[in-house]
Amino acid sequence: MKLAISSSGTTLDSPFDARFGRAAAFCLVDSETGIWTTHANPALAAAGGAGVQAAQFVATLGAQAVVSGAYGPKAYDTLSAAGIARMLAPANDAHSVAEVVALFKAGQLTQAGAASHNGHHGA
Amino acid sequence: MKQLVILSGKGGTGKTSVTAAFAHLASLGPFADQVVLADADVDAANLQLVLRPQLREQEEFRGGQVALIDQDTCVRCGDCESVCRFAAIDENTGDYVVDPIACDGCAACVYQCPTGSIAMQEQVVGTFSVSDSRYGPLYHADLFPGGENSGKLVTLVKQRARARALDDQRQLLLVDGPPGIGCPVISAVSGADLALMVTEPTVAGIHDLRRTLDTVRHFGVRALVCINKADLYPAGVQEIESYCHAHGITTLGSIPFDLTVADAMVAGEAITSYRPGSPAGLAISAVWERLTATLMDVETLAN
Amino acid sequence: MRIVVASGKGGTGKTTVATSLALVAAQQHTVCFRDCDVEAPNAALFLHPAFDTHREVGILIPQIDAQQCTYCGKCARVCQFNAIAIVGKKALIFPELCHGCGSCTLVCPEQAISERLAVSGALDSGVTPEGIVFAQGVMDVGQPMAVPILRELKEWSATDVTAAPDIEIRDAPPGASCPVVETMRGADFVLLVTEPTPFGLHDLKQVAAIAGQLGLPAGVVINRDGIGDDSVGAYCAENALPILLRIPMQREIAEAIARGHSLVETVPEYRPLFSNLLDQISARLDT
Repeated sequence: MKLAISSSGTTLDSPFDARFGRAAAFCLVDSETGIWTTHANPALAAAGGAGVQAAQFVATLGAQAVVSGAYGPKAYDTLSAAGIARMLAPANDAHSVAEVVALFKAGQLTQAGAASHNGHHGA
Repeated sequence: MKQLVILSGKGGTGKTSVTAAFAHLASLGPFADQVVLADADVDAANLQLVLRPQLREQEEFRGGQVALIDQDTCVRCGDCESVCRFAAIDENTGDYVVDPIACDGCAACVYQCPTGSIAMQEQVVGTFSVSDSRYGPLYHADLFPGGENSGKLVTLVKQRARARALDDQRQLLLVDGPPGIGCPVISAVSGADLALMVTEPTVAGIHDLRRTLDTVRHFGVRALVCINKADLYPAGVQEIESYCHAHGITTLGSIPFDLTVADAMVAGEAITSYRPGSPAGLAISAVWERLTATLMDVETLAN
Repeated sequence: MRIVVASGKGGTGKTTVATSLALVAAQQHTVCFRDCDVEAPNAALFLHPAFDTHREVGILIPQIDAQQCTYCGKCARVCQFNAIAIVGKKALIFPELCHGCGSCTLVCPEQAISERLAVSGALDSGVTPEGIVFAQGVMDVGQPMAVPILRELKEWSATDVTAAPDIEIRDAPPGASCPVVETMRGADFVLLVTEPTPFGLHDLKQVAAIAGQLGLPAGVVINRDGIGDDSVGAYCAENALPILLRIPMQREIAEAIARGHSLVETVPEYRPLFSNLLDQISARLDT
């Protein structure tokens, strides 16, 4: 499965970024082959609606699932319209992207049931 | 970590003076060395005037973009002016010029310009600062006069202040909120565990209190009320109290009209440190005591 | 003559000054009063207009006709606010992000986008017992953007007199960001109400700078004169900002305003002072 993992850097060892819309980058990993690429998040510079833009971006990357720490309601709706699964990784532990992939393979990630934070005004 | 936001609806009810006093009182009690302060009133950032903090870091805040027309390639067709819904493009003796203050940053003109003569440019709209105050780190910002996006700047101030509180394991984030009910208020309220409304018993204060309480409720944050300048209009106090009672909102007490508050402001001190025995100083201390009891009880949201 | 009453800091007595100025002006002129503080409109509490006209306002947001849409994604790409998402064969619109600019409608190659009004507030107007034509905007709770309502309020001519009143008075919102700028745009004079405290001074500087940027002449009213310190007076002198009126701190005034009485009703001695204030403003505009 093609996973887009929110990341704060450009490699598999980079720390996982718990934010979705404002993540620095997305690491696209094929969980079967282990092949990965990283992509700077174009929504980082957005004045508003970063989650919507990031969701469309991961859709164009061909991701089948995303892994992040939380999803705003608009990002959630956009991902869901795109048919992309929304997984949650624990936000507080300092995982690397590679460790998040391992958690996924071990079946230890949970599905995000609904928007897990209240959007662009939230702080 | 608990996040407490101080709001008012109407401006000038004494919100910032009360926040400064809370910062002082917190430094004496169970929250000593546990406080991070955030001034979310970026249009009128006044908490620093009382706390006189030491500036540690300052950076530019970039807000929205504005359109800029290249006069060399512009063919003066006027399409940009006709598509602009913000009346931000004016014709001036044949040249079309963007008024950066009116420009909303929508870029509609950019896409309609037949010669590609319009580009969007990022604007610096304010500064974001981190300071050390007597009562804990202060996160604040100044929006340049006429600047845009104050909701975004409020969000930045709060996010950084919250991250600091989590990093330093400080237990209380105290946020001085903006007046009104719009975007900056929504940004200030989001994620708060508790909102304290500082109101005044005036017809205008009561009118605005209701609207602000509706806004706070709309975003699912629990609200408490304290009444400043309470002796100005006793019937107004009764009106506020019965309104709060009917809506299940706790009132934490009253603060009398006291000109010592203005003197404390001039002295650059919190009223509770400047004249702890003044009528307002005593009353604010009593409100703070009840407020901390509630704060201890309130269940911290998953943040 | 269009006068904006602004303050930066809230609670300095902006509405007190604006309403008293309107009441005094109405004795000799046709007056239109626009309460531009759409987040917290209070002037009606002092002027008691009989509202008889109501209109809902908001912004025009897109709606996409699924029959005509080819999901090319052009609308989503031009939207600077990410209010539209096109994913696969689905189009999503997020009204709370939309600024109503119409760019998506213009770029759609299939003309699949039409627009509908998304209501974010209302305008009300009526006449006060003194004959002042009064209009206010009221933003709905939970709405973030005041400026679109303000823009409509400024243009709104509910009755004939508002088309060309002798004097238009706009009561500005507090602060120093976009809504204040929008209130001042198209005005002739800015009356800055402040109080002589460090907070008052700090916020006066912010709002005086906006008037300066817009090239508008300005004058200052110092309210609650006698409290605080002298720094506002010194600032005005340094920056050639004329102090047009000082209103001393009096507990009776504060109490009367708390009850919803205007200043000139409470202390009639202020009538000639406000009349003089109006004369000073017109004299400054004539020269």
